[in-house]
Amino acid sequence: MNEKIKRNIIDIKDTLGTVGYPCLIIALFLFFLLFYAAALGLPLTYLLGSIFVRFGMNGILVLAMIPSIKSGIGPNFGLSLGIVCGLVAATLSIEFGMLGFTGFFFAVVVSIILGSIIGYFYGLLLNKVKGQEMTVGTFAGFSTISLMCIFWLIAPYKSYKMIWPYGGEGLRVTITLQNDFGQVLNNWKLFKIFGVSIPTGLLLFFALFCIIMWIFLRTKTGIAMVAAGSNPKYAKASGISVEKSRIIGMVVSTVFGAVGIVVYAQSYGFLQLYTAPLYMPFFAVAAILIGGASIKNASITQALIGTFLFQGLLVVALPVANEVFASNLSEIARAIITNGMILYALTRREAGVE
Amino acid sequence: MSKRCLLEMKNINKEYFGSKVLKNINITVNEGEIRSLVGENGAGKSTLMNILFGMPLIHNTGGFKGKIFFNGEKVDIKSPWSAMDLGIGMVHQEFMLLPGFSITENIKLNREQTKHNLLSKLFGPKLKSLDFVSMRKDSRFVLDALDLSIDEMLPVAGLPVGYMQFIEIARELDKKYTKLIVFDEPTAVLTEIEAETLIKTMKILAEKGISILFITHRLGEVLKVSDNITVLRDGEVVADLKTKDATVEKLAELMIGKKLGKFSVNHTAQSPFNEDFNKTTLKIEDLKVFMPSEEVKGISLEIKKGEIFGIGGLAGQGKIGIANGVMGIYSSEGRVLKEGKEIKLNDTTSAFNNRLAFVSEDRREVGLLLDHSVELNIVIKAIQHQNKFLRKIGGLRLIDRKNITQYSLKMIKELDIRCRGPKQIVRRLSGGNQQKVCIANAITLEPEILFVSEPTRGIDVGAKKIVLDHLKKLNQELGMTIIMTSSELIELRSICSRIAIIYKGKVAGILSPDASEVEFGLLMAGEKSYQKEIS
Amino acid sequence: MKQINITNSKQKNARKIESFQLVSMIKKNIVPILFAILCLVGSIYAKLPLNFLLNDIIIRMARNSFLVISLIIPVIAGLGLNFGIVLGAMAGQMAVVAVTYWEIQGFLGFFLAIVVSTPLAILFGWLTGMLFNRAKGKEMITGLILGFFANGVYQFIFLFLVGTIIPMKNEYMLLSTGVGVRNSVNLKGIHYALDNLLKVKIFGLNFPMAVFLAVAVLCLGIKFLSKTKLGQEFRSVGQNRDISKVMGIQVDKVRIIAIIFSTIFAAWGQLIFLQNIGTLNTYGSHVQVGTFTIAAILIGGATVTRATISQALIGTFLFHTLFIISPLAGKNIFGSAQVGEYFRVFIAYGVIGVSLALYAWQNVGKKLRR
Repeated sequence: MNEKIKRNIIDIKDTLGTVGYPCLIIALFLFFLLFYAAALGLPLTYLLGSIFVRFGMNGILVLAMIPSIKSGIGPNFGLSLGIVCGLVAATLSIEFGMLGFTGFFFAVVVSIILGSIIGYFYGLLLNKVKGQEMTVGTFAGFSTISLMCIFWLIAPYKSYKMIWPYGGEGLRVTITLQNDFGQVLNNWKLFKIFGVSIPTGLLLFFALFCIIMWIFLRTKTGIAMVAAGSNPKYAKASGISVEKSRIIGMVVSTVFGAVGIVVYAQSYGFLQLYTAPLYMPFFAVAAILIGGASIKNASITQALIGTFLFQGLLVVALPVANEVFASNLSEIARAIITNGMILYALTRREAGVE
Repeated sequence: MSKRCLLEMKNINKEYFGSKVLKNINITVNEGEIRSLVGENGAGKSTLMNILFGMPLIHNTGGFKGKIFFNGEKVDIKSPWSAMDLGIGMVHQEFMLLPGFSITENIKLNREQTKHNLLSKLFGPKLKSLDFVSMRKDSRFVLDALDLSIDEMLPVAGLPVGYMQFIEIARELDKKYTKLIVFDEPTAVLTEIEAETLIKTMKILAEKGISILFITHRLGEVLKVSDNITVLRDGEVVADLKTKDATVEKLAELMIGKKLGKFSVNHTAQSPFNEDFNKTTLKIEDLKVFMPSEEVKGISLEIKKGEIFGIGGLAGQGKIGIANGVMGIYSSEGRVLKEGKEIKLNDTTSAFNNRLAFVSEDRREVGLLLDHSVELNIVIKAIQHQNKFLRKIGGLRLIDRKNITQYSLKMIKELDIRCRGPKQIVRRLSGGNQQKVCIANAITLEPEILFVSEPTRGIDVGAKKIVLDHLKKLNQELGMTIIMTSSELIELRSICSRIAIIYKGKVAGILSPDASEVEFGLLMAGEKSYQKEIS
Repeated sequence: MKQINITNSKQKNARKIESFQLVSMIKKNIVPILFAILCLVGSIYAKLPLNFLLNDIIIRMARNSFLVISLIIPVIAGLGLNFGIVLGAMAGQMAVVAVTYWEIQGFLGFFLAIVVSTPLAILFGWLTGMLFNRAKGKEMITGLILGFFANGVYQFIFLFLVGTIIPMKNEYMLLSTGVGVRNSVNLKGIHYALDNLLKVKIFGLNFPMAVFLAVAVLCLGIKFLSKTKLGQEFRSVGQNRDISKVMGIQVDKVRIIAIIFSTIFAAWGQLIFLQNIGTLNTYGSHVQVGTFTIAAILIGGATVTRATISQALIGTFLFHTLFIISPLAGKNIFGSAQVGEYFRVFIAYGVIGVSLALYAWQNVGKKLRR
């Protein structure tokens, strides 16, 4: 009998391990906030609808962390590279005058192409800097964003929708997508249930990419990548090229980042250039960590849970905070939660490691 | 000439997770005595020294039983620092020197002479200035005592390896209260001339009244320098003799031991009905492998098809490097031919494609994906190299979960792997069962030649037999050629038809399992080859 | 004929040795040399009058050198580039807000700010050090994220706790609601407090000598420290933690002390910076401190494992020269000053990224060789 109890305890510990204490704490806090919001008389239907939208629009960016972590590189702090690819693709879509779904899919396809190329070179770089991928990635991302700022200023775009009206040259900081592909996914087959708006198109598209990731992790290449990330020595002894696996991981991650920002922009309704994407990788990293992932391992479930909790917290916290405190707390809360979560993950003592 | 007893380790017992590593060890060292501690790897030498030095590894794994007396008093050594405080110094195999510091700074590390200045009077002793003048004087003195004319302000970084050892000795000597210095395999990295100088230095130190505990497996040196010898085997003291009563052969025999009881020598390892009985299946020509601490410096072997070939030798002599080199884990040079066809070196995939497989000596780090399931561990190599267990769906190759689970269940039954099922995480299995998973992993590739390194390391006696029996079964039923590398001579002698002993990266000799312990011991200690060079 | 040949070959060898020494000197200092060239080219395009440029450089060097030098000790102690100096800057800013609130002026006010910031900096440094000890090998990314996190906490304190839990009432410093500090606080009380102590004019250029003296004292202090027992412990731990530990050095404690020193110097450095600028950008002054000081020391030729005082000073000089001329050069070359501004930020991030990459690349090489 004792054996069985012991086994059950180990099982529970394992499950808790997958999910992690921060996840539980934040989940409880979120539910508390939701009840509190209801008690304050805030429109729950609107809040829930908002959560679903933000869940769908951030999801793919968070999924991008999975191949990076699983291949042994760790969280992709250089996701900005992928994001930039997506932004370029989106601007090209507008430049070529594509509208609606055509515009959206054109942007997605171009972002996949650009993301693959950039992801390949980024993977090559990271292979040379094993051990410092997180720091190098962060600054590769920052430098790229700065460089792109110069690009946005001097690139020969001509579409009136994007360039400064009086200067004539250089793209605006924020570009509206109202007339292009803004909201196309969100509004597709939109339906209401109990008064909550469900952005069907968006969620389906997100689900599609979840499935793609799931399938990828089950292909021969995917398994090789997981092995390489789990134990590089083992992989080498099994004839798996660790270098190649890491590059493949980065390609997939960067592509997901590129597509992710296109989905994000269409949902938001605005394309934000220049320094806006600077901290986006950190939000994606924090989200997957909240879902229970660690620097060494991440799963699709964790990405889903984490994104839901993180976005949920942000959606609900703002109106509640408005009632209780003053405004601006949302930004600060986001900074504290995001970075606090990453700090926790960085300073956890893993079993047997100093 | 009665010398005072300086160190006495009494009834030392140590267990690691249930297996006894040291059993009732008693060892004494007198003032000014040079005592050698010899034994095979795994005999317990390093564990005993870790205890003497109060290493955290000992305390973190349940401590030890027994008493240590130093200078007549019972002592409780809780950390390396307290060992040093007592006057016990150690010259390590891996040098404890900071390359960016000068020789003086290394000699004086954490014992620097300091002088007060204005700030240290206000803010504390840590801000005292370093007194380089006295530090240099002391270092110069101690270097001269060791007959080293080197400039004491040179940075350690550029110095040749031979000097590093002497700087460590200088450091111990500089601690005026050093009474005992432990030398842990010091000559392993030295040239012949440097080793001679070191032995000379040891004698100088002993004359000054410093006791020396000399850990080594170089029997020739043992006879040259020590006063007394303690021989360890399997965690027990099997002999404590005066050097003048010892010979190389005697020592070799004591190290290996005569335990033949447990495993019977089995000659049916080769199936006499196999037609290809005497055909050479694997030819290794002048193989050099660059595996750190197990370097292979030129090995040529011919393995016959269907035999179980053993590779033995002491730790660090290169036996582990052979399999690793052939399988492409570490970079290598030379030629390997399988049935006449040359196999590409430094290419694990090529080895697999030529129907070679291997079970690594490093079960946890190299042999397994600890955080994944038993079934995945078993099939992954076959997936990658033979496209097995895959289903083609719309152009993509996806893993066939059902097939994998079915096959794993079969393997679990065949090898009697104790686990809760094929989906259990391998980390949770016991050592023996983890090893069986490694073997299953290799067998799934259906190789013609299987390299197995240290197959029963860390496994209890019962499981050992199962593993060895299974290897025999593979050999007899499937005609698989097995090349087994092991530090345990007993298991090599129990199933192999021939055993090669590796010394200093080369083949010292190939013996039949019936050969005497003395012969094995001499080859392993390098004595026979040594004598060959002389004659 | 033979004799001439011999002298020729002797000369050739002499020249070979000379050129080899020159080449190796250039190789060793390639980064500052490249940036010096960049600055030179940029200055030409910026078309700035020399007088004006030099004045600006002197001002910037005075107010930034202290901060850059505060990075040195953690590098020596093996903690890499201390992105956590942001916390030191925050300590300084908290002190300056307090002093401005209490309306203490002049040098007294400045000195009081130094005194108040020190215990705060010690606390922040201690916390940072503890965090770094839990993330050995990942100190730099931890410091970076810690900076962001601390910034969030700082904003929370300054926006929500000031005026409520921290009882402060001042219509000039607080927002109109009475809660939260204003975005920009006028430091007219301590403006130029240190600068004005000792002003010297050489060749028509103004030198705030008091500040340079403070920097000089810091340099001497660091040089002195490296010759003490503590300095020796920093250097041991920086080379090899494990060996230091076996030899009896309290590795964890030494690392924390190194960070505490760095944070204190950063706090004082930020105060020097603020007393020159004269205005506190409450939510912005400290944010880029980490990036800009680290980029500066790296441009001076420092690396993750080696940083000297001369590298810090040269780097500050080059970085800030670049900072001044970029927008102007950008305007003259591309027709947009904005391009220049983005360019200098790109350089800052790029220099750090490349240094980190080189550091990782060299370490991979080391592991392989072993």
